[in-house]
Amino acid sequence: MSKKIIIDPITRIEGHLRIDCEIEEGKVKKAWSSGQMWRGIELILKGRDPREAWIFTQRICGVCTTVHALASVRAVENALNLEVPLNAQYIRNMIVTAHAVHDHIVHFYHLSALDWVDITSALKADPKKAASIADGLSSWHLNSHQHLKQVQDKLKAIVSSGQLGIFSNGYWGHPAMKLPPEVNLLATAHYLQALEYQRKANMIVSILGGKTPHIQNLAVGGVANPINPDSQSTLTVERLMYIKTMIDEVGDFVKNVYIPDVCAVGAYYKDWTQYGAGVTNYLSVPDLPLDTKGTEFELPGGYIENGDISTFRPIKSFNDEFFKKGVMESAKHSWYEGNKATHPWEEDTVPKYTDHQPDGKYSWVKSPTFNGKPAQVGPLANVLCMYAAGHEPTKKYVNHVLSMVGKLAGGTIPISALHSTIGRHAARAVRAGVMYDSLVNQWQMLIDNIGKGDTKTFNQPVFPNGVQKGFGFHEAPRGVLSHWIVIEDGKIKNYQCVVPSTWNACPRNEDEAPGPYEASLVGNPVADAEKPLEVLRTIHSFDPCLACAIHLTDPKANKTITVQALDTCR
Amino acid sequence: MVDFDEEGAGIRATVLGLGNILLGDEGVGIRAIERFRERYDVPEWVEIVDGGTAGIDLLPVLRPGAALIIVDAIKPDRGPGTMLRLEDDEVPAFLSAKLSPHQIGLPDLLATAQLLDRVPSKLILLGIEPKSLETGVRLTPELDEKVDGLVEKIADELRQLGIEALDRRLEPSTSQGKRDLPRIFPS
Repeated sequence: MSKKIIIDPITRIEGHLRIDCEIEEGKVKKAWSSGQMWRGIELILKGRDPREAWIFTQRICGVCTTVHALASVRAVENALNLEVPLNAQYIRNMIVTAHAVHDHIVHFYHLSALDWVDITSALKADPKKAASIADGLSSWHLNSHQHLKQVQDKLKAIVSSGQLGIFSNGYWGHPAMKLPPEVNLLATAHYLQALEYQRKANMIVSILGGKTPHIQNLAVGGVANPINPDSQSTLTVERLMYIKTMIDEVGDFVKNVYIPDVCAVGAYYKDWTQYGAGVTNYLSVPDLPLDTKGTEFELPGGYIENGDISTFRPIKSFNDEFFKKGVMESAKHSWYEGNKATHPWEEDTVPKYTDHQPDGKYSWVKSPTFNGKPAQVGPLANVLCMYAAGHEPTKKYVNHVLSMVGKLAGGTIPISALHSTIGRHAARAVRAGVMYDSLVNQWQMLIDNIGKGDTKTFNQPVFPNGVQKGFGFHEAPRGVLSHWIVIEDGKIKNYQCVVPSTWNACPRNEDEAPGPYEASLVGNPVADAEKPLEVLRTIHSFDPCLACAIHLTDPKANKTITVQALDTCR
Repeated sequence: MVDFDEEGAGIRATVLGLGNILLGDEGVGIRAIERFRERYDVPEWVEIVDGGTAGIDLLPVLRPGAALIIVDAIKPDRGPGTMLRLEDDEVPAFLSAKLSPHQIGLPDLLATAQLLDRVPSKLILLGIEPKSLETGVRLTPELDEKVDGLVEKIADELRQLGIEALDRRLEPSTSQGKRDLPRIFPS
């Protein structure tokens, strides 16, 4: 029987992201980013009880689920001026940090490494040489030449059995692939190991959250994790000690595998620091609240304009006016009614589908702006803002990564190199390190607080009559997420989610300024229009949470090539 | 190579339903295992798993030394309701170029299982072609009437593997914990 049957290539979960590029002389001249799916969760929420909004909103996605749950309860708490007990903050913060580490590991190894790593080249590697390269990078216990040889033998066995099968769909042997065979072998071994470590990080989320994806332990006003040192059926110190062993193992992987691998890839692909900067206004929000009101945070956030770190302006609390007033969304090029930029509390969601009109409406994604300008969000924005705020752990990891890449590539790498396609990967690795450090801190703070005899995890919300407005933000793995709610007589009157991929994947705004994806692709090289690996690299570096189809037009050759990034969707 | 916590160490066969129940017939694999569970008693070392839309997270369900029967919707080709049976290396396994975490699918899962030495001792895919993938939690009538046949096929496959699947409609169940399920012939 033929092996060509593909199981359900129709999108199984999400709508597509469609990228159209106009190519001229081997470079992208103009790009359009279009979300092909209507969301509509906001409409479902109208008239419902604000206490249950988080259960609906986290169903926006099957990957970044916890983030929508958290932003939602924060929005309602903000509207009610409701404080959250310390234990609840720490437990939420542990979920946030563990989820982020999990998400970043998966993104690098399982979703984007194969843009840079050629697994088939690993067949030619000398395992001893690979092990000695690995020695120079870290002291990871699974880098021995015996282990690497075992991985290589496995690859060889699969290829020699005639099952090219599993390797038949990558961009193997593409001229833009540059890693030596030994580094490809090392990365392949780590690709497989990462499967186990991402899972350990996610287990922390499921122990605290009840399950993952879609945690079940949140509540407006706290968490539903009762703490009672005398009961076996609650969150006990024994469970917390078990979590700690997993935190340590995951931290080991981040520091000794993930960060060194990103440095090695960055050193071999140093030319990719020149591409993909795009929009260099960076927005991030503070996260991991350390008090009940959300005025002190472990991780700072703020806004940087035009890539200039000295312009950093902090966002300071869950009530921050600078953030509250700065966010607007426009639908000029989106399939909704209305052209003018509107504040999320005033916004509506009335569909007006046309077709893909490059000069008109062409996306289901709206165009958010911060103080009238498009902004890039995500780990790079987060890391640059934390760096600018003088956050010590961030400075430590940034300096470590830049000096390691410099050592491997020969030369000094300035922090400005981060404004790029490969820089976004470096920033994500830095952020994984910072999140690990924070996870350790949050765990300790929870233990200490329980030790003081505080077992409170919930404050009862009370809904007065009349109208209350609130917003909740969260620095999610893909960047700034904010939920905006208007409550009237205890029911939801209006609800808007301004999500990270909206900031990054948005179409042109009211003033025709392109969004971050669109801007980052301009000037991107494309060696082979049939295999636009380079376009994938830049889009991937943002960690898009949508499946993707790419359309390239070559005006001179007068043809359009459609490249479906293979949807074996699940 | 990878050390997963083997909570189900005694499992010798797994029936894995896949699909998105929010997209009509896309969820047929899930509906089939649900109906199978209602209708049949199987030994405790046979696991029935609703895999939903999970991808690589299903790796622990792939157990070397255990048989795996996957029930899933397949790409429309020969008409709605057409069934297909693939086994072992006929089932597509490859690492695909991906742009989003939503794209890690069954071929990636099986390819990764090969790299990790987690290939089931016997792999069977029972596929059925959907009619409609429109949003909605029900199957189309055309697919709904095919589900019984698919359920019988699952039972047949288990019997081929030497595993007893007892039809509850024919004899009272003796297995534990399933007594509350509806039976046509009450004991």
